[in-house]
Amino acid sequence: MPDVDQNQAQASLTPAAAEGAVLVEAKDLAIQFGGLRAVDGMSLSLHRGEMLGLIGPNGAGKTTLFNLIAGNLRPTEGRILIGGRDVSAEGADQRIACGVGRTFQIPRPFSEMTVLENVLTGRQDQAGERIWMNFLQGARVAREERQAVGKARALLDFVTLSHLENEPARVLSGGQRKLLELARILMAEPTAILLDEPAAGVNPTLLEVIIERIRRLNADGKSIFLIEHNMEMVARLCSRVVVMAAGRHLTEGTPRDVARDPAVIEAYLGTAA
Amino acid sequence: MNPQILVDGLIAGAMYGLGAIGVTLTYSILRFANFAHSELLTFGAYAALALSSALGVLSAGLLAPLGPFSFGWSLPLAAITAMALTGLLALAVDAVLFGRLRARRSSIIVMVMASFGAALTLRSLLEFVFTSKPAYFTRELQIALPLGGGMRATPDQLLALVLAIALVVAVHLLLTRTAIGRSMRAVSENQALAGVVGVDVRRVIRVVWLLGAVLACVAGIMAGLLVQLRPYMGFDLLLPLFAAAILGGIGSVPGAMLAGLIVGLAEAGTVQLVGAEWRTAVAFIILVLVLLLRPHGLFGRPQA
Repeated sequence: MPDVDQNQAQASLTPAAAEGAVLVEAKDLAIQFGGLRAVDGMSLSLHRGEMLGLIGPNGAGKTTLFNLIAGNLRPTEGRILIGGRDVSAEGADQRIACGVGRTFQIPRPFSEMTVLENVLTGRQDQAGERIWMNFLQGARVAREERQAVGKARALLDFVTLSHLENEPARVLSGGQRKLLELARILMAEPTAILLDEPAAGVNPTLLEVIIERIRRLNADGKSIFLIEHNMEMVARLCSRVVVMAAGRHLTEGTPRDVARDPAVIEAYLGTAA
Repeated sequence: MNPQILVDGLIAGAMYGLGAIGVTLTYSILRFANFAHSELLTFGAYAALALSSALGVLSAGLLAPLGPFSFGWSLPLAAITAMALTGLLALAVDAVLFGRLRARRSSIIVMVMASFGAALTLRSLLEFVFTSKPAYFTRELQIALPLGGGMRATPDQLLALVLAIALVVAVHLLLTRTAIGRSMRAVSENQALAGVVGVDVRRVIRVVWLLGAVLACVAGIMAGLLVQLRPYMGFDLLLPLFAAAILGGIGSVPGAMLAGLIVGLAEAGTVQLVGAEWRTAVAFIILVLVLLLRPHGLFGRPQA
C-alpha cells in the first residue's frame, strides 16, 4: 500500500526528483524496542541527485529510520535496498562502502585525534590499512597517504575548517563539529548523504555556510536526505518532503503542500480532544 | 652505588617495555586486561627454542656463534618463524575464546577471567611439552664488554637493547604515521564510532593481536637468551608488564617503553640498595602508587 501512495505522490512532484533513478529504498521497515515500535512499516525512496526532507514531530522515529538506513540498527522487519541491492543484513561499514554516509544529531568526533586525522578516518580501504603493505609496498602506501591528506585538506577547506587542521577535535564548537563530520563523510565519496538535523544548535553565520555547502554538494550530484526541524531551511533546500508520525509514513509532497496539510498540522499539534 | 644497575635495569626494562606494548594495545583497543599476554612471551620463546634446535639438527653450522654473539643463524631464523607462530596463536585464541565473548557482548570481568583461563591452559600445555626444567638457547659463555664508567654488558644484552628500541620506534611510527595506526587510534578512542565511520574494526583487532604477539615473542626470546627459558617465565613477568603498561598510560607505546625502562631500573636499584628479595615487590609498589596518584599514567589521557 505505501508503495502505491508513494508512486502517485512522486508522479505529481518536481520533475528532477521523479526523473532520477531510485538510489536508496526502504520497504516496510519496522523496528521493535521492547514494547515500542519506533519505526512501524515505513517505506520511502531517495532518488539519485534529489534533496529529500524528512520531518515529523519529536519521537516520530526519524533518527531511528536514519539508523536503519545507515546500518546502525538492524530492522525487525522490512528491507533496505541501495542501488537495487538488498543490504538489510549488512553493517554500517558496508553501507559506507555502498555510498551511503550519515551525520549525527549530536556530532561525534574522535576528540583526541586532530581535525585532519578525523577527516582521514573517513577514507575507505587504503593500502596502508594492511600492516604488511606498509613494509612491502611503502611507496604505494606513501603515495596513497599523500593523496588522502591532499583530499582531506581540500575537504577541510570546503567546510571552512582548514585553519584548525592540527587542533584536537575536542576544541571544536558544536557547529564546527557538524562541518567536520560532513568532511569526514565526504572523504568516503558517498553518493547519498543522510544529514540528521544539521541546523540544530548552530549559530546563524555557520548555518548559512552549512546550507550553502549542502546545496553545492547536491549540485555536484550527491543525493541528500535531510532530517530538520527548521522548516525554513527545509523549504529552501528540499523539493520533496516526507512527513513521519508515530513511526509511519504520514504523507509527502512539496514543502509548501505538506506545511498546509491538515494531517501534518494535526500530527504536530496533537489531536484536539 | 654501582653504575652497573643502569645497564642491568635498562636491559630488563627494554624487555618489560616490549611486553608492555602488547598489554597496553590490547587494553586500549579491546578494553580488557589480558592476563594471557605473558603466556605469549613464553610460547614465543619456546617456539623459537624448538625451531632453533630443529635447525641445529638439520645443519650444525647454523649453531656456530655469529661474531661476538652467543647464538648462531639458527636463532634469528627460528625467531622470525616463532613470531609468525605466536601471531597465529594469538589470532587462534581470539577466534576460539575472546572473539566469541565479544560477539556475546560479555562484560570486562568475563574477558579478564577468560584470559586467566587461557593463560593457565597455555602455561600448563608448555610445561607438559617442554617440562619445567630450565632450558637455554645456547650454552656459549659470553664475556661482558666494558662500556666505561664501570659498566659492563654482553654483546647479546646490547643487541637486545638496540633491537627493543628499534622495534618501539617502528611500532610508534606505525601508529602515528600510517592508515592502520590511525584506524587503531580511532578504535581505541571510540569503537562504535569507528565502525560507523567505516573503519574495519575486525581488521584493527587482528592487527592488535598480531603486533602484541610479535612483540611478546621478541621479549620472550630476549628473556630466554639473557636469562633462561621456563614455563613460568612469562607469568613471572606479568606484574612488571602491567606496571609498565599502566605507568606509561594505557594506549601509549612510547609510554609503555619508557615505563618499562623505569620499572627495570627501579628493580635493579632495589636489588643493589635494599636487597634482591625485594625485587618483585618493586613492580607492585609502582603499580599501586600509579593507580593511587596518577591513574592515567605518564602519557595517558585522564578519563573524561
